Amino acid sequence: MNAQPGAPEALLEEPSTAVGLEERPLPARARRDGGRRVRVASGQGFWGDWQEAPKLQVRRGSIDYLMLDYLAEITMSIMQKQRDRNPAAGYARDFVPLMDDLIRDLLDKEIRVVSNAGGVNPEGCRAELGYAFADESLPRRPRVAVITGDDLMDSLDDLLAAGHELRHMETGEPLSTVRDRVAAANAYLGAEPIIEALRQEADIVVAGRSTDTALTYAPLMHEFSWAGDDWDRLAHGVVAGHINECGCQASGGNSLVDWREIDLTLPGYPIIEAQEGGTFVVTKHPGLGGRVTWETVAEQVLYELGDPREYITPDVVADFSTIRLRDLGRDRVRVEGVAGRSRTDKLKVSIAYHDGFKAVGALTYAWPDAVDKARRADEILRSRLRHLGLEFDEIRTEIVGAGACHGPLAGPPSDDLPEVTLRVGVRSPDRHAVSRFSREIAPLILAGPPTVTGFAGGRPRVQEVVAYWPALIDRGVVEGNVRVETMEL
Amino acid sequence: MQLREIAFARSGDKGDTANVGLIAFRPSLYPVLVKEVTAERVKYHFKGICEGGVERFELPNLRALNFLLHRSLGGGGTVSLMLDAQGKTFATALLRMEIDVPDHFLNRAD
Repeated sequence: MNAQPGAPEALLEEPSTAVGLEERPLPARARRDGGRRVRVASGQGFWGDWQEAPKLQVRRGSIDYLMLDYLAEITMSIMQKQRDRNPAAGYARDFVPLMDDLIRDLLDKEIRVVSNAGGVNPEGCRAELGYAFADESLPRRPRVAVITGDDLMDSLDDLLAAGHELRHMETGEPLSTVRDRVAAANAYLGAEPIIEALRQEADIVVAGRSTDTALTYAPLMHEFSWAGDDWDRLAHGVVAGHINECGCQASGGNSLVDWREIDLTLPGYPIIEAQEGGTFVVTKHPGLGGRVTWETVAEQVLYELGDPREYITPDVVADFSTIRLRDLGRDRVRVEGVAGRSRTDKLKVSIAYHDGFKAVGALTYAWPDAVDKARRADEILRSRLRHLGLEFDEIRTEIVGAGACHGPLAGPPSDDLPEVTLRVGVRSPDRHAVSRFSREIAPLILAGPPTVTGFAGGRPRVQEVVAYWPALIDRGVVEGNVRVETMEL
Repeated sequence: MQLREIAFARSGDKGDTANVGLIAFRPSLYPVLVKEVTAERVKYHFKGICEGGVERFELPNLRALNFLLHRSLGGGGTVSLMLDAQGKTFATALLRMEIDVPDHFLNRAD
């Protein structure tokens, strides 16, 4: 088993006073319709999330599906860069050791995994899973589905030539203005290919740029045979997906209300317990930390929300102003009443393009007069950059400890602060200018204001800026090329 | 009093736009949010931070308001040089707002 290095294994063993693997019985009221329930557990909210969370979801209670979301808006471009360097790379590498660790439990308990771990290379991800599983003597060979067709990189010029301008959704500019700098282009796929993978009896689904929400509601559509135009049920599924997609943020993580009282050492990530009619309960495994209340769920429902009446997905437009939440107590919150309406004829495309370079440097100044010293150092730095004749699109100075987050709202900083950190960032199309800036931070230690420290990290790293270009495309152009293929490994 | 005494919030990003979801602690306090925390007041509150417009959406079902603060994140995503490029701390920045709450709203039990 490939335990993650540094994982707090000892902490993860069942406590001697264990609540056990049994689920807490449902309140009688929640059982009144007697319908079948499907439990979709959230295991990862982003690439780099807590690796123990999915293991706890699988091992500390009963679930039917494990949903793993790895992709943020910019993740695809990072993966594309990795694949450019190594054709076998370009997916969420954490996923392979995680599946290797869990595969026996998944097969024993008949838990199916739905993930977008494939990034820009779902086949490469499956190949690596094949190597990992090859050494395992398993009760049966795992079936792994790969979804392709979201990647539009190779067909981009054909699309532009055919009149698909891929205009930026906010600025309205056509993609042709940055075409030569495009690093990745992927359409957001919805539930259909995931449902097809589940029909092909996949144990593990490896998608590329699937929407985060579809990873949760596609299993529900599959299990309950929801029709593709059953808008209200689908809208419930979308809300369930929105709640699941950020991991612990729905079960007490980053929650403002009573934050001191929530034990987040070993939190239970959220679990959606859905019924055929669409209504579902948000809960978590008992015996773990975290908390599911009206407040934690409401906070997550509002997270990264635009117009609440227009939550657009490839499968349905959900109206979040119709959601009704009811706290049933004991970490159970019921969600119902969600209205949906017809899906649109477009799919969203996530495009990443190269947009110059940036670097951020930091130095810490101590009492007395910490803020004044940091300000003086900033003036000296800016003068030296001018003296070198360097030009930047932007130079941004923030003083961490004196209003870097809330700016003027934090009020004037005290002149008695124990220390502050000067943080200066620059951005430019010219790599040389950014690189030269990164060599101007350390000299401030000896040739700058006194009582400075905190340069142990070395020179600031010059980073390539990969900017995000959201666009829309006719769904027919993409959907004809989507493929689902399931293989025994 | 400060808004944080009657409401809680969570914030995030969409490109260069920050979103702040503001939720009343009790249903009876939601009308206070609707009346006091207007888009105009939020725009004024975030002067020097929010360079674009502010949109407000009402969610009476969640006794909540959702605000979109355009052009607030230094370009957003990986372009931004801000420490808080994803607007994660905008929630408590909004909760600093000073508002008037009539006594009868505070004393009412839900």
